[in-house]
Amino acid sequence: MSIEVRIPTILRPFTKDQKAVAATGASLTALISDLDAQYPGIGDRLLENGSLRRFINIYINDEDVRFLGGLDAQIKDGDSVTILPAVAGG
Amino acid sequence: MSLTISRAFVDAIVEQSRAEYPDECCGVILGPIGSGSPVRMKPMVNAAHSPTFYEFDPKDLLALYREVDDLDEEIVVIYHSHTETEAYPSRTDIAYAGEPGAHYVLVSSRKEIAPAIEFRSYRIIDGVVTEEEVSITD
Repeated sequence: MSIEVRIPTILRPFTKDQKAVAATGASLTALISDLDAQYPGIGDRLLENGSLRRFINIYINDEDVRFLGGLDAQIKDGDSVTILPAVAGG
Repeated sequence: MSLTISRAFVDAIVEQSRAEYPDECCGVILGPIGSGSPVRMKPMVNAAHSPTFYEFDPKDLLALYREVDDLDEEIVVIYHSHTETEAYPSRTDIAYAGEPGAHYVLVSSRKEIAPAIEFRSYRIIDGVVTEEEVSITD
């Protein structure tokens, strides 16, 4: 099972500038763990103390994973995952 | 480093900041990919509806990035207003800044300086803020 993961500009230094990479995993946790195995260090930019970082948004297809169970969100063959930095501030 | 931006966009951002006061307003200006030139303004909803915080709604954010990709554009400017403080990035602005290629524009119409306004631009990369010159064209 191979899932396309779209990588934002700010994380492309980890993926050798690739805009999209392939990863595997039946849940978001497994997918992030596979990404981090392929591109060491990227996991730390997505997670903090075992939770999704507040200023990173991850989508499975069109849905924010926060509405799909967060790190437990299920991923199936053919899904696409998009990572985007939040645009926010004070 | 500098930002060249048309007077019409400056006026529109100031207008939006006044219309949404006391909440912070926010939005982007897009341009053809690789051009670095701001040509299409897109005001965004501040999903936080707050005088001290702004955030693009996650659904709007995904739609924005898809649109930018489909049209071969890039995000040239990310702007927001400060309602009671100077137009300088706050600690939160710096912590959240996730677009190393964008000009971060801040506008302030705080009452101490009224009727004047501040319109300033920055690069925010790896937590380092660098102010840049703004050239306004007619």
